[in-house]
Amino acid sequence: MLDPTASRGAAPVILEVRDLGKVYDASNGPVEALRGANLTVRKGEFICLLGASGCGKSTLLRIVAGFEQATQGSVAVYGCEVDGPGPDRGMVFQDYALFPWLTVEQNIGFGPSHRRIAPKEVAKLTEKFMAMVGLTAFADRYPHQLSGGMKQRVAIARVLANDADILLMDEPFGALDALTRSALQEELIELWRTTKLTVIFVTHSVEEAVLLADRVVVMTAGPGRIDCEVEVDLPRPRDVASVEFNALRRDVTRRLTSHIGGSRPVAATADS
Amino acid sequence: MSLQGTVSPQLDRAVATASVATAPTAPARVATRGRGRSLGPRLRAVALAVVVPLGLLLLWDVLVRWTGTRLVPLPSGVAVMMWDFAFGGIYDDAYSGSLPIHFWKSVQRVYGGFFCAALVGIPLGLMIGRIPLLRAMLDPTLSLLRPIPVTAWLPLSMIFFGLGPKSAVFLVFLGAFYPILLNTVFGVKSVDARLFEAAGMLGCRGPQLFRAVVLPAALPSIFNGLRLGASFAWILIVVGEMTGVPEGLGAVIMDGRTLSRTDLVITGMIIIGVTGFVSDRLLVLLSNYFLRWSPQHHA
Ligand SMILES: Nc1ncnc2c1ncn2[C@@H]1O[C@H](COP(=O)(O)OP(=O)(O)O)[C@@H](O)[C@H]1O
Ligand SMILES: [Mg+2]
Repeated sequence: MLDPTASRGAAPVILEVRDLGKVYDASNGPVEALRGANLTVRKGEFICLLGASGCGKSTLLRIVAGFEQATQGSVAVYGCEVDGPGPDRGMVFQDYALFPWLTVEQNIGFGPSHRRIAPKEVAKLTEKFMAMVGLTAFADRYPHQLSGGMKQRVAIARVLANDADILLMDEPFGALDALTRSALQEELIELWRTTKLTVIFVTHSVEEAVLLADRVVVMTAGPGRIDCEVEVDLPRPRDVASVEFNALRRDVTRRLTSHIGGSRPVAATADS
Repeated sequence: MSLQGTVSPQLDRAVATASVATAPTAPARVATRGRGRSLGPRLRAVALAVVVPLGLLLLWDVLVRWTGTRLVPLPSGVAVMMWDFAFGGIYDDAYSGSLPIHFWKSVQRVYGGFFCAALVGIPLGLMIGRIPLLRAMLDPTLSLLRPIPVTAWLPLSMIFFGLGPKSAVFLVFLGAFYPILLNTVFGVKSVDARLFEAAGMLGCRGPQLFRAVVLPAALPSIFNGLRLGASFAWILIVVGEMTGVPEGLGAVIMDGRTLSRTDLVITGMIIIGVTGFVSDRLLVLLSNYFLRWSPQHHA
């Protein structure tokens, strides 16, 4: 019924990345990880950043998150320049980065409990988001007692409970087995539809990008930059076996590999 | 479209796959954790632990009888001395029934020095590990002072604090301070940088980070430091009490030496050994409680 893509054109711009460049000062000389990246994201969009490993996806995402300082260009959220991490942008890491000394419940309540919110309110918020990711029964477990999929659910709930507007996800399902990954992909889409979040999702898997995104942003390496953008107009839920899906997938794969010449044998299509 | 209705069937499935994935490892973990450890294995552990001490006692007894030495008493002689030291009624000399007072004085000094060391060492370590300016200022000095054996401080400590218990407490403090401080600094430095990023994006910053992230993340390392510090504290109390202190287990050992009462010396040694052991077990219990979230810290 309510397809979030329908009104996308009219939605306000939530994130604006302008001419972003990043040079790392590594011990063996400077490394240019990003050059002249431009990206505009509208509220409620689901964006996938797609590219071979080492092409600067994480760098771009980490600059947006405020963990890393850009050496050129700027990032603006709702028109305000980003300097440093903030609760408006929540990051979901591939390696979860849960606080191992806190239970599931306390991890999810971490953000709210560090703002001036009454403990009762914190408990209510935590309860709500714990239920949303289906972990109420595991409230008192510690992270080391959870499977990878459950940990990633906690990480997502932790960001949602903190009332983030933009969900930044850096290959969040990369370390999970195929079954858990596809379950979490479905859940993520469901959460996105119900919460009207804006999602920027980094992946090196063409299939994952085409399955999830409204728009796939293809990045290329050496130095990292944005090569092209592909609108994905397929209706949701998407059928991985359909002809349209596979046509689009082939198209994106071709764009991705056309830039990976003989000098870079990195296989970006290893996902299939 | 309600969230519950749409999300939960998928969640159930996902949880099911997740638990399938963990199924092979979970039972093994429970077994090694020993949640329902029965009496049998525990008795076995005690029996195994007791074999070597009993063997040493036997060897001691045999060697003393065989050599016929009068310098070292038999284990039974030490046992009698220990009884007299604790409850009196056998020799009725200056040491009869005086264990409680000596013991209590030493325990006070050990824990006095130890707690001071923890009270200074942990916060200082957290700050040195976290604040580069402080580290740049203090690290060189601390590294210069560290190689000096604590016992080398004894003469100076007696000048600062006079002949008496205060200088013993100071030695205990110094001895416990370095392991606590260094382990805390190490713990803070090895905190996963991701955790700071996670805390930052959740809106926790500045001084809040110390309590919310730095302290808990460094806790395993801090407990290592506390255990090391406590063992050094017990080592140094004897040194500290050997000069100019009338009461305390170290003083008893020193008296035993001057009076050539080896049974008293050995009695003092055994009591220190047992007390140090018990105090370490207490720390381990505490550590197991506070680190119950960490799979690798169930000593
Ligand atoms: N902290 C860093 N210091 C130096 N070089 C880095 C650092 N982080 C990333 N790089 C380099 O920047 C490039 C892009 O890295 P990254 O953004 O992690 O790529 P991706 O996430 O697409 O795999 C790589 O060549 C990588 O080696
Ligand atoms: Mg990356």
